[in-house]
Amino acid sequence: MGKSVKSICEEYNNDATRLMDILLEIQCKNGHIPDEAIEEVAKTLNISKVDVIQTLSFYHFFTRDNIGDYTVYLNNSAVADMMGRADVAEAFEKEAGCKFESLSEDGKIGLYSTSCIGMSDQEPAAIINGKVFTKLDPYKVKDLVLDMKAGKTIDEMVEKYGDGHNASDLVKSMVFNNIRKKGPVLFSDYETGTSLKKVTGMTPDEVVGIVKDSYLRGRGGAGFPVGLKWDFCRRTQSEETYLMCNADEGEPGTFKERVLLTEKPKLVFEGMAVAGYALDAKQGILYLRYEYKYLKNYLESVLNEMREANLLGKNILGKEGFDFDIRIQFGAGAYVCGEETALIESCEGKRGEPRNRPPFPVQKGYMDEPTVVNNVESLCSVVRIIEKGADWFTMMGSRESAGTKLLSISGDCKYQGVYEIEWGMRIRDIIEMVGAEDVKAIQVGGPSGTLISPRDFKRTICFEDLPTGGSMIIIGHNRNLLRDIVLNFTEFFIEESCGSCTVCRANTVILKDKLLKIMSGKAGKEEIDELKNWTKFNKMANRCGLGQTAANPILTSIENFREEYEKHVKMDEDFDTGFDLASAVEESCDYVGRKPNL
Amino acid sequence: MSEKVKFTIDGKECVAERGQNLVDAAADNGVYIPSLCHLRDVIPAGSCRICNIKNAGRIMTACTTPVEQGMEIENDISELNDMRKAIVEMLFVEGNHFCPACEKSGNCELQALAYRFQMMVPRYPYEFPIKTPDTQDSRLWIERNRCIKCKRCIRTIKTEDGKNIFAFQERGHKVEINIDHELAAGLSEEKIQEATDNCPVGSILKKGTGFSQPIGTRRFDKEAIGSDIEKVV
Ligand SMILES: Cc1cc2nc3c(=O)[nH]c(=O)nc-3n(C[C@H](O)[C@H](O)[C@H](O)COP(=O)(O)O)c2cc1C
Ligand code: SF4
Ligand code: SF4
Ligand code: FES
Repeated sequence: MGKSVKSICEEYNNDATRLMDILLEIQCKNGHIPDEAIEEVAKTLNISKVDVIQTLSFYHFFTRDNIGDYTVYLNNSAVADMMGRADVAEAFEKEAGCKFESLSEDGKIGLYSTSCIGMSDQEPAAIINGKVFTKLDPYKVKDLVLDMKAGKTIDEMVEKYGDGHNASDLVKSMVFNNIRKKGPVLFSDYETGTSLKKVTGMTPDEVVGIVKDSYLRGRGGAGFPVGLKWDFCRRTQSEETYLMCNADEGEPGTFKERVLLTEKPKLVFEGMAVAGYALDAKQGILYLRYEYKYLKNYLESVLNEMREANLLGKNILGKEGFDFDIRIQFGAGAYVCGEETALIESCEGKRGEPRNRPPFPVQKGYMDEPTVVNNVESLCSVVRIIEKGADWFTMMGSRESAGTKLLSISGDCKYQGVYEIEWGMRIRDIIEMVGAEDVKAIQVGGPSGTLISPRDFKRTICFEDLPTGGSMIIIGHNRNLLRDIVLNFTEFFIEESCGSCTVCRANTVILKDKLLKIMSGKAGKEEIDELKNWTKFNKMANRCGLGQTAANPILTSIENFREEYEKHVKMDEDFDTGFDLASAVEESCDYVGRKPNL
Repeated sequence: MSEKVKFTIDGKECVAERGQNLVDAAADNGVYIPSLCHLRDVIPAGSCRICNIKNAGRIMTACTTPVEQGMEIENDISELNDMRKAIVEMLFVEGNHFCPACEKSGNCELQALAYRFQMMVPRYPYEFPIKTPDTQDSRLWIERNRCIKCKRCIRTIKTEDGKNIFAFQERGHKVEINIDHELAAGLSEEKIQEATDNCPVGSILKKGTGFSQPIGTRRFDKEAIGSDIEKVV
């Protein structure tokens, strides 16, 4: 190991709340986190070893074992599957000579699956040693593995860069932005600093007032009014307040934050500073998913540029006492850390388990101080609202959803990418806009959202009708809904549950088993309703949105595509035990070399 | 100064200190809200979700809900009781609970809840997961097949300087309880006893002793869980 564990810990003042950063550095420098390092970290930070293991084992990208000189994390989302992941995976296995979730014999190449990496517009995609490789096919895989065997550096393996800042010296990535539609709020011209200058002439209450008047609702999914959240936070008396920008973007099919951070990072950071002013917060944290680590150097340089321009730092734009700075906190592969209280736990170096409420983060959040967590897009919108006024904003959108929304659209359509639309757009018009034909279904709002059928294509995208945090997956006619979509999403929730609540942890597995039973043709007709009935406890008895929505893929597909289930079940039988004697004795017969006598 | 507030549970008038959690407040008023992960005077985990009640039409866990003046709580209603029973059933199928062979039988809160909710056989198929017990410790035995992830051990058993002895590892359905053997070696005999007593099931057991309390004389052998609370007032 290069740097000693001790010196890494020291870099973070031996502060146990920075355990994420410490583990990230060890993982990055060493390729994995060996037992000696765990011991050393525990000793240096003066915490117990099991606490270090608790955090470490929670996150997908921390590993206790060696995962190779080249580590391939191939996305296994539904969209990746739709775009040909199976062939790509097979090619990797053939070329590397090992199966997924394992390491090649020489220890050189490791193949692993991972949940959606935010590249749904350019799947199949993988992260290899921190770099993103998009639009993979078996030929490209062959070249990549040849490069690995030849010992090329990961930078040498990227042949062509993407557009915009993806091609900049600090990013050098093959990712494309795919900005298909620029709207007036997020992607129109804006001179950095205009709004920050403006707020320095206002009181914090005035700033909160404007945001309230704009009726801006949180863009992270829940749609809570941003101004109201800020107001609640201001009402908590405290020495310190924190502002966090949620860039965890783990909902499969979402990638809009990736594009905002690539092309509009100054808008994001200015939004954080404006919020910082309104909340009297001195410190902002950008919680960035590990999958976007390839943007790190670039984002750090933007932060520095803004510090030099006095848009961050002390006495911002000459305003006495307006101090605000930002640090980037990386996650390590956990969808649930997008949930705001799990995000806070993660920032404190713990396993990303959502907290019980009350207290709410605005009362008691990061380090037990009042904390506001806002989505990237929400904060970008704030900047434009301050610049142009609340009325300008409320002129756009629908009755209960003001402004514009950035959609990430992927799946079976011609133009995958991001679209900034006004709230209230009809699904049918969206289908036309993205060049999709023969649409069987659309997943609105990612796995936690709704699977809609053509009957619903007259509905509109907005909080009062079909809400979405931004993900829209178009599903064409030739797709097998249960296998390609519903099963994949259910497995996603099983993989990503924090495991705290009984129902989220256990029931999602139970539901999946029942779904598999139905898909195998071994279920009676009553079992569709039984399955549907079993989904109800998810909503009732879980702490956070993950568990509460984990049954949605099954529930909404039964509601809107019941015929897909009926195809599989025995309509003349109520129940089937699902027991198959032949397969039950297969292994033992194999072992003793006997033919089953059935 | 603590402030007394009035509230109702299924119509029954109750009085408690403002801010006290609902499970304890109810118990003080002779009302049993079924609970499993909760332990009195310990920071609630809110993880088993059995204590779910309805407050103003919304379902929430009683162990994490502070009492407020004028609350009208629904507790003993079929919608909630079916959910509670379902959760108990889920806990049975996601682990390996062979009660007749378990030291904790009769003192086990999970088993007792199953009796209270008259569970015959779980509505869900058994998962029969493969779990590895941890028998390395000289005084304790961690039987992971039975752990229900209530976190009582994590929350209550610490070293003298406040370090955790127990912690989770992994996430989702792979979550398991983990014990720090080095630190556990420093635990007093009383703490070891407390760890086994606090565990609601037979997942933390003392070595060197077994079935010292005869079957038939155990905590839930004659009376249903919660009946001690219901008898008080
Ligand atoms: C499982 C889960 C994952 C979430 N992931 C994200 C996310 O990636 N980004 C995000 O902004 N909000 C996410 N949220 C919502 C956040 O909890 C929170 O509501 C949001 O960040 C608040 O910001 P906003 O009000 O500006 O939308 C998630 C919620 C849940 C339950
Ligand atoms: S609902 Fe699931 S992810 Fe959320 S806190 Fe409970 S177990 Fe964790
Ligand atoms: S070991 Fe016992 S006390 Fe600890 S989490 Fe498991 S069931 Fe609860
Ligand atoms: S007792 Fe309240 S959630 Fe377990």
